[in-house]
Amino acid sequence: MRRFLYVARGVGWRSIHNTLVSPAILLPSIIFPLFFLVAFAGGLSRLADVPSFHYAPGYTSFQYVFVFLQSAAFGGVFTGFAVARDFESGFARRLLLSAPRRSGIIAGYAIGALLRWLITGTVVTLAALIAGMNVDGTRTDLLGLLGLGILFNFVAALWGCGLAMFLRTEQAGAVIQMPVFVLLFLAPVYVPLPLLTGWIHDVARLNPATVVLEAARGLLAGSPVKFALALALLAGAAALLAIFARRGLASAERAG
Amino acid sequence: MSDGAAAIEVEELVREFRKGPRAVDGIDLAVSPGEIYGFLGPNGAGKSTTVLMLTTLLPPTSGRARVGGFDIVRQGSQVRSTIGAALQEAALDPILTAREHLLLQATLQGIGKAERKVRANALLERVGLTEAADRRVGGYSGGMKRRLDLALALVHGPRILFLDEPTTGLDPQSRAALWEEVARLAHDEGMTVFLTTQYLEEADVLADRVGIIDHGKIVAEGTPAQLKAEIGSPSVEVSPVDGGADELLAELLAGFGTPTHNGRGSVTVPLPGGEAQLAEIVRALDQADLHVASLQLHQPSLDDVFLAKTGRKLEGTAAETADEQPAPGARGRGRRRGR
Amino acid sequence: MDAELSAAPGLLEQIAAVARRSITRTLRQRALLVFPLLFPLILFAINGSSLSAATKIPGFPTRSYRAFALALPFIQGALFVAIATGTDLARDIETGFFNRLALTPLRGSALLVGQLGGALVLACIQSVVYLLVGLATGVGIASGVAGAFVLLALSILISFGFASLGALLALRFGTGEAVQGIFPLLFVSVFLSSSSLPRNVIKVHWFKEVATYNPVSYLIEGVRSLIITGWDSRALALGFGFAALLVIITLGLASAAMKTRLVRT
Repeated sequence: MRRFLYVARGVGWRSIHNTLVSPAILLPSIIFPLFFLVAFAGGLSRLADVPSFHYAPGYTSFQYVFVFLQSAAFGGVFTGFAVARDFESGFARRLLLSAPRRSGIIAGYAIGALLRWLITGTVVTLAALIAGMNVDGTRTDLLGLLGLGILFNFVAALWGCGLAMFLRTEQAGAVIQMPVFVLLFLAPVYVPLPLLTGWIHDVARLNPATVVLEAARGLLAGSPVKFALALALLAGAAALLAIFARRGLASAERAG
Repeated sequence: MSDGAAAIEVEELVREFRKGPRAVDGIDLAVSPGEIYGFLGPNGAGKSTTVLMLTTLLPPTSGRARVGGFDIVRQGSQVRSTIGAALQEAALDPILTAREHLLLQATLQGIGKAERKVRANALLERVGLTEAADRRVGGYSGGMKRRLDLALALVHGPRILFLDEPTTGLDPQSRAALWEEVARLAHDEGMTVFLTTQYLEEADVLADRVGIIDHGKIVAEGTPAQLKAEIGSPSVEVSPVDGGADELLAELLAGFGTPTHNGRGSVTVPLPGGEAQLAEIVRALDQADLHVASLQLHQPSLDDVFLAKTGRKLEGTAAETADEQPAPGARGRGRRRGR
Repeated sequence: MDAELSAAPGLLEQIAAVARRSITRTLRQRALLVFPLLFPLILFAINGSSLSAATKIPGFPTRSYRAFALALPFIQGALFVAIATGTDLARDIETGFFNRLALTPLRGSALLVGQLGGALVLACIQSVVYLLVGLATGVGIASGVAGAFVLLALSILISFGFASLGALLALRFGTGEAVQGIFPLLFVSVFLSSSSLPRNVIKVHWFKEVATYNPVSYLIEGVRSLIITGWDSRALALGFGFAALLVIITLGLASAAMKTRLVRT
């Protein structure tokens, strides 16, 4: 276990170090969520006037939750890009050679993803508060919201790392990103689920991301819904994707 | 170009870039028709900048040059129609096939439709790419790319060929094949070849004459034999079977020149009279009944010439000067003075 | 090989040769074709349904959000054309292929126009696919069959303008990174327009102002007017006007950049 932690700490440190010293990595991960917040909360705010749109804290808060979770997911996905880059440059092989407990590598990348997202999440939250976001949830609710974000980030990081380790090329970027992107946008992004109609309503109803999004919005509004279910879904996804990531690592080990 | 005139004439050619030293610092040179001129120097010495200027792709800051009898500044289009060039990068489109490359190049050179295919086929055969002609270039080996690069430079039948480090990164077999083809172009077809290289062996084997460039200046010029002769005579290193016989050996060799003990029992002596003296040494050793384990003749190399002229070995100078290479994006961004 | 001087080919022949290469490249790189086709269509499918509640906002100009949203893929596709064109040209500069062309009697204008030939083919394919997908998903073209052709013309003109922008960036900076680096800015400019909601129903004042001053709004509204309104001369004039202006400015600047880049003597 000690060796696992050493490896995780080392890889995590490098990941966050690279993020902090390289604006080319850090800035896009901050600017894009900010941009989505501006574009959605600003450009689409009139949607709150649609009859039957009910979300007490207002449209900025409604969109903030989506952008908060989206940034968490993309923080994990970007880590997948970093893993793929490391394989292309040969650095990942150096890690495989030198790490006494290789599963610590995945944990290290996940730690890096989390630390990076905490920066992004803080900036997005500050921006939303400056834009006049209302927060109706209690301190406990907000901790729950943060927990959902952390878990979501972890799940996405496992997905990104696992797939990147299977494919080991930077061209895997689109394959890593696209399913997460589609999964997120097939949730009720712009209006609550009851206002969606047609096929998108059916898909969103079955989409696990919808549960997480609704639970997170409930927490910010101070009226928690489906929180336990969201936690269970994320924990289940994390367990499955941990196996997936471990298999990705094994595939990379076999490839040498 | 009138008969007897130089194929390439360069006078006081200078190129400065905004944020660097003079990449080319007042060089003079002349290349005769049908000659292979080897331009030898480490990375960043100014070789590629010189080629870019002589091929009209980079205006000089000052100085004059005529290529094929045409001024490189005032008669750029005539120069371009006279020359072929394979520049440092094997500049190929990985998506296109070799045949498509040749047909595109032939079209842009204004060659008639029927003639294009004939030339493309002939050149493909010449460089040994007929079988691979319709495969995308992206899958070619480094040697195949370089051969296609050469074929493209020959599409319009140029009289002067510029090759900028044509064998960098190639395996020995591909390198030898390219040397053979370049030698054939010059010796059988009378093409003038201006070849830049950082490989001593390449300049030595291929070039009729060599110019050594360092920090933008030509520091030595002549045939490889002349340059080496300037440095000094060859030497011979003799190792006796009996390691303790070195004193006796030195005494014997002193009759030919000043012997040097190498510390391994062997003794080296210069041969001011050239290689012909080797036979005399063998005879002297035989007469003295001194048994020899090995006898090695050391010729001065172009590396020795480079060392003598610059105070550094050619190998290992690349890294310290690599920054001076003009990047593709740097074209035309430098200072240009009136001439 | 005989030493001979060849006559310089005519301008049209030069353009045709470069265009042929550009088109061949475009058609052979499936990834270049597929991603720009799929991504806007995925967004169209999702947003076309997710935002359908927007049609209940008072003043919204149509009852079908899908019809409203169909304009967006044409603009997003144009952005991808810009990136593809710029990246291709930048790669030629980076690999030295550009130098190879510069050593021939090729004129700069022929190289630029020919290079944009591949972009036009890509733009045509994309525009037709977007239109067919729109029709297949039940979107009607209010301006009829003639309007559909005008829509294609406008879409291709917009793509040509953005392709020239891509070429300009490649020629000016000479690297693929510089071209791709502009993508987020273009992406943002599309979102900060009337792409998701018509300007008259945007509630946040500053956003409405930005969308009003953003020329992309008028490009989208020109395309959209043919789909949901019919023949709206004002929207069309603004759409075609801004598209033409985009072409004139970017092509003019790209030509100047080509002269600088092609600085052979």
